[in-house]
Amino acid sequence: MADNDIIEAPSYEDTISLLKAKFGDKLVFRTSTKKNNRAINQKRRIFLSTDRETIYPLCEYLHGKLNYEQATSVCGVDWVDHLQVVYHITNYFTAVMVEIEVDVPNDDPHIASVTPIWGGANWHERETYELFGIIFDGHPKLERLLTPQSYEFYPFRKSYKLRGQE
Amino acid sequence: MDMSLYPHAVAMSADEFMTWSSAMINEMLSAGTKKTVDNLTGPIWAWAMRNSMHPLHFGLACCAIEMAAASAPKYDAERVGMIYRSSPRQTDVLLINGWISKKIRPDIRRLYEQIPGPKWVVAMGECAISGGPWYDSYNIVQGLDQIVPVDVYIPGCPIKPDAMIDGFMLLQKKIDAYFKRGVFMED
Repeated sequence: MADNDIIEAPSYEDTISLLKAKFGDKLVFRTSTKKNNRAINQKRRIFLSTDRETIYPLCEYLHGKLNYEQATSVCGVDWVDHLQVVYHITNYFTAVMVEIEVDVPNDDPHIASVTPIWGGANWHERETYELFGIIFDGHPKLERLLTPQSYEFYPFRKSYKLRGQE
Repeated sequence: MDMSLYPHAVAMSADEFMTWSSAMINEMLSAGTKKTVDNLTGPIWAWAMRNSMHPLHFGLACCAIEMAAASAPKYDAERVGMIYRSSPRQTDVLLINGWISKKIRPDIRRLYEQIPGPKWVVAMGECAISGGPWYDSYNIVQGLDQIVPVDVYIPGCPIKPDAMIDGFMLLQKKIDAYFKRGVFMED
């Protein structure tokens, strides 16, 4: 098999071993604490976390080599001491989903955009930007999606309080 | 023949026309003409307007599904004269069904101002009445009455089609009272 051939339907084990061979210790594989989850019991979900430098080459590899064609979701989490971006990337043939967590510091919320790889990530990233204030570098149109352009706050951050809260 | 009744025949200036027309209006008011015309035409206006309420076809959220169900044969909202029009210029009821996000707020105000008067506004469902489930939200206007004056509130989440028809029958009474009170020469 030539090196640039697409593996159309890599299995759960193949995906893990190929990712380990390609990226080595830059990826941290995790096991879920959830029990009785069908996707986990049937080995259809891979949990891993990585850093900001690796996310773009990792996504390029997943899309270009392992045929993970769909960015199911890109969302954010506010852990108060840092922010986090969570990607769910799916292969249509095997239904294996890779869940990637990337930590982003509060004072420098920049991360590479994956919109050049998956066009479907466009609005996911815009929504994450408007709700969490995470800036996706290389995004073609990083504007607020559903909230007015005049907003200067990010409503899903823990520091944003509604009237009823302290 | 009194030529003062025919301004186009005597080429008035704008000032002269204003003097002449306000004098004529005052004369008609003092002579009881307004009352007579109102008594004669008010019931006709009321009958015509209350039986042809044309709401704006502007579905915002899940209550729009109930609006569609109300137009379907089972409930048949056209019995009470509701015909949906897609242009605000052709409507006289602004029917808002669903949550109003902050981004659409100026557009709703603009739609309201595009409707020719006399016009009525119906807030349908909890979201349009008070924000409903989106109480204290960062992105939802807390009630339609914060941006336009509202005539009828129809509560429910979502409302049933029969509740909607009931609300429009209430609006019919309001339209009826409005025209029977007299609208001749009133702006």
